[in-house]
Amino acid sequence: MQTFDLEAQGLRALNSTLHAQAENTNQTHWEIINPKGSHAIAVGLDAPIEVNVKGSTGYYCAGMNKQATVHVHGSAGPGTAENMMSGTVIVEGDASQYAGATGHGGTLIIKGNASSRCGISMKGIDIIVHGNIGHMSAFMAQSGNIVVCGDAGDALGDSCYEARFFVRGSVKSLGADCIEKEMRPEHIKMLEELLERGGCDAKASEFKRYGSARTLYNFDVDNAAAY
Amino acid sequence: MKDHDAKGIPHTTPRQSATFTQDANSDIRRAAATGIYDIRGGGAKRKVPHFDDLLFLGASISRYPLEGYREKCGTDVTLGGRHASNPIKLDIPITIAGMSFGALSGPAKEALGRGASAAGTSTTTGDGGMTPEERGHSSKLVYQYLPSRYGMNPDDLRKADAIEIVVGQGAKPGGGGMLLGQKISDRVAEMRNLPKGIDQRSSCRHPDWTGPDDLEIKILELREITGWKVPIYVKVAGARPYFDTTLAVKAGADVVVLDGMQGGTAATQDVFIEHVGQPTLACIRPAVRALQDLGMHREVQLIVSGGIRNGADVAKAMALGADAVAIGTAALIALGDNDPKWENEYNALGTTAGAYDDWHEGQDPAGITTQDPELMKRFDPVEGGRRLRNYLKVLTLEAQTIARACGKNHMHNLEPEDLVALTMEAAAMAQVPLAGTDWYPGKPGTSY
Repeated sequence: MQTFDLEAQGLRALNSTLHAQAENTNQTHWEIINPKGSHAIAVGLDAPIEVNVKGSTGYYCAGMNKQATVHVHGSAGPGTAENMMSGTVIVEGDASQYAGATGHGGTLIIKGNASSRCGISMKGIDIIVHGNIGHMSAFMAQSGNIVVCGDAGDALGDSCYEARFFVRGSVKSLGADCIEKEMRPEHIKMLEELLERGGCDAKASEFKRYGSARTLYNFDVDNAAAY
Repeated sequence: MKDHDAKGIPHTTPRQSATFTQDANSDIRRAAATGIYDIRGGGAKRKVPHFDDLLFLGASISRYPLEGYREKCGTDVTLGGRHASNPIKLDIPITIAGMSFGALSGPAKEALGRGASAAGTSTTTGDGGMTPEERGHSSKLVYQYLPSRYGMNPDDLRKADAIEIVVGQGAKPGGGGMLLGQKISDRVAEMRNLPKGIDQRSSCRHPDWTGPDDLEIKILELREITGWKVPIYVKVAGARPYFDTTLAVKAGADVVVLDGMQGGTAATQDVFIEHVGQPTLACIRPAVRALQDLGMHREVQLIVSGGIRNGADVAKAMALGADAVAIGTAALIALGDNDPKWENEYNALGTTAGAYDDWHEGQDPAGITTQDPELMKRFDPVEGGRRLRNYLKVLTLEAQTIARACGKNHMHNLEPEDLVALTMEAAAMAQVPLAGTDWYPGKPGTSY
């Protein structure tokens, strides 16, 4: 286990040290102490390492992550795991707005609640939230999955494309062109796998599925009022 | 038409309205027939004060010129030395503006890379990500970081020579974009992670930051991911150039790219292009003043785009304080866009060479703004690259000719004092004297 004191050694030293880890590094376990809400912690990683952040983080923790597992033992600021490509990011507490924004792959697990615009413009990432998610989540979501064990706020999935949303609790409102969809056996199976991956104590049968009605895929003036 | 009636009384001359022009009437008829606004490519077509309204004074007794063909006049420029360990060094101060793969064909992007590299300058990606053709043929490639984040990934980010965070575009300040379904080929769809054939909307604002304080943190993240090696540009539309430049610099930008309303777009509503934003000429001095007020002029470089056509435009933009310019529409024309040799086909599309602007429909006879494999075959990227190189060379030679005539041994030594304006409007915008006077509207120390 490598321990890195962020307050003492600084952000540049942290990220350059983590970037220097090769594919076959034997320094696979890292612990970051004294994060104190710093921004851009463990961004742009590209190695199969595990990074444990002992405290809360600021903006963009684990941004553009590839391969690595980043575990935040606290809450995370805006844009956590933004544009993630692969790997896993786990937030023990709550996540602020834009969690998992534009993520292309990998898994983001939020054990608390996620704020507004969770999964905005997501492009393949799986986001699993143990609590609730805020308004305008999954706006223009392209692909991937969001699992919400609690409730979803206003305008879920507004103008979404092929992404899927599984919500156990209530949905305050659905956004433009987002509808409730049938839970077929393949979706149950997919959700069971996601719930297991996210360590969620919930049954797939308790969830409803939402996604795009695909009526806004090609611009039509008769739909202008829907935007 | 008879000029009198049956009783011999003369007709009045048929008079077209200056308000309800033929153009305005055709817009009304089109709207009435379709129920939807017109979408097109390109920048503002309306006449606005521009570089044509400025003149260089040249040398005189008080200023002596440099020998046109013998004495050196430098054109090199270094971009992004404020924070980046590897700033971009260009041989000429004319760069290629961001244009997307999707809006343009792969071979067209390749040609831009070939031509720019041969001329010693950079090219820029666009919405849709970085293509191997473009990276492979561009010795200096600027990677745009756009609201849609289509194709954005850290590997390409690290392959870039600079990153350009796009906040706005001169043709549509505050607007997003739309790539219509007919241009979404398998390859474009895959790069953008969306189904083939659907209209792909590009957002008008970034998904994970709002405002200058967030932008500063976003720039920090991008620098951390790329090891503080490459410059970070911030591109703004010509909307509020003083404040936008100030905020971009305060957020940490190494370079500010300022795009006026004549700057092109792949596709936006005509009403947006023609009625939102400011002319390029009106934007430069406020942006330069912002840099000067911060003590950052020349430390943070200013790239100006929107309506650059010839070496005089390049020299005028630089005399007003720009460090470099960027060209988009002119580069496409150099490649062969809107060439009269395709006139019959332009006519078949209901337009004419020079006026073709339905780039979003993918039917470009020149094979440049299309994803149609048959049309793409018409365009040779090697020949296109050669033509662009030639054009960039001419722009540079023309700008040097003017700079030497003004007695400057480097393009960056051009200054507002070298210019006069032909109109009151241009004098006010460029803050250079109206020709024949020592005055311009708003000049400090004057009451009018």
